[in-house]
Amino acid sequence: MENDVKLTRLVKCAGCGAKVGAGTLVKLLDGFKTHHDPRLIVGYDKSDDASVYVLDKNTALVQTTDFFPPIVDDPFLYGQIAAANAFSDVYAMGGEPKLALNILCLSQDMDKHTVQDILRGGYDKAYEAGAIITGGHTIQGAEPIYGLAVSGFVHPDKVLTNSGAKPGDVLILTKPLGIGILTTAAKADMVDAEVLDRIYKQMATLNKTARDVMVKHHAHCCTDVTGFALLGHSYEMAQGSECSIHLKAEAIPFHPETYELAEMGFIPAGAYRNREFAEHGVHVAEGISRAMQDICYDPQTSGGLLMAIPEEHAEKCLSELNEQIPEAVMIGHVTEQMDAAVYLE
Amino acid sequence: MNTMDARGLSCPEPVIMIRKAMMSKENQYEMIVDNPTSKENVMRYAEHQGYRVTIEERNGEYTLSMKK
Repeated sequence: MENDVKLTRLVKCAGCGAKVGAGTLVKLLDGFKTHHDPRLIVGYDKSDDASVYVLDKNTALVQTTDFFPPIVDDPFLYGQIAAANAFSDVYAMGGEPKLALNILCLSQDMDKHTVQDILRGGYDKAYEAGAIITGGHTIQGAEPIYGLAVSGFVHPDKVLTNSGAKPGDVLILTKPLGIGILTTAAKADMVDAEVLDRIYKQMATLNKTARDVMVKHHAHCCTDVTGFALLGHSYEMAQGSECSIHLKAEAIPFHPETYELAEMGFIPAGAYRNREFAEHGVHVAEGISRAMQDICYDPQTSGGLLMAIPEEHAEKCLSELNEQIPEAVMIGHVTEQMDAAVYLE
Repeated sequence: MNTMDARGLSCPEPVIMIRKAMMSKENQYEMIVDNPTSKENVMRYAEHQGYRVTIEERNGEYTLSMKK
């Protein structure tokens, strides 16, 4: 779709690359007074994807919000991607999104049709997710922003935090990496249209199917791989679970065009922030290239689910995932806590 | 040799700048940048093109010398 306004030219940081680093966030949130409530079973202290509040013995409320500046020029696609990314946090908790509110910031350069197309993209994904957008809030600002505040539900006993991994679990990732590097290189016109179409489609894909299969196969733990990248999110999962995570570099899926672009330095600032946050806890085996490490620190927008599945269920889970998500692969496993939180091997 | 000034630019602009410059295939280039991301990315690009890179930091600015 052709548009007069190039949305990505209106912003400095694209997509989840705009996310403030995990290290900065921890410092910002330090020391605030909050009410203690035993029904709040996942709060911000856990660095998890969403908060979870128990309503009754069968129902817990999952709440999250996610929004970012345009990562693509097509406003409809941007709306779809931003919504898919926001819903993903609920899926990552094992929940199902039900209600959502639009969060929208308009810049002066945006015409009515562009704004409508962004919202239409959001409504389209909400419909696909089985959720309802019930309202929202719109302001004016220097740069466009779109996203959702999402509420969903999960059974209190079936909440999948990012801190429940157990030794022996197998790790499965459902979408290939490289989004941050490819979208940075795209700004320099270094990426073919066919590759961009492929990653746009990937980003707009809901993690609904991945979630539905995962919960059937006794997953212990899950997170979605977004702004903090595979290594940042793995690091949080390992820390929270008091285990070590072992990632097999050669099994980690990425868009093949990413590798040379990483070698050429088309790496978003967020990747370096992620490295700074996690590298003291990551042991990289000798012989793993700098480009491969950069890919593992690359912030993803609307990335896949990283799930820890008990070993005895992993094969079956993967084969069922692959029926609908051929890109899903096993990328590692979980052990008792060792010297490093994450081993890239 | 002129020192290219990429201060005030954010990625991928400094990489685009060095890429254009290196099309002239000289043996030596120098560029000044003002953030760690640009420093790392320009260094990667130059190394990918077969240059040896040395970096000098002064007051938060980085001067990259790239030689074949």
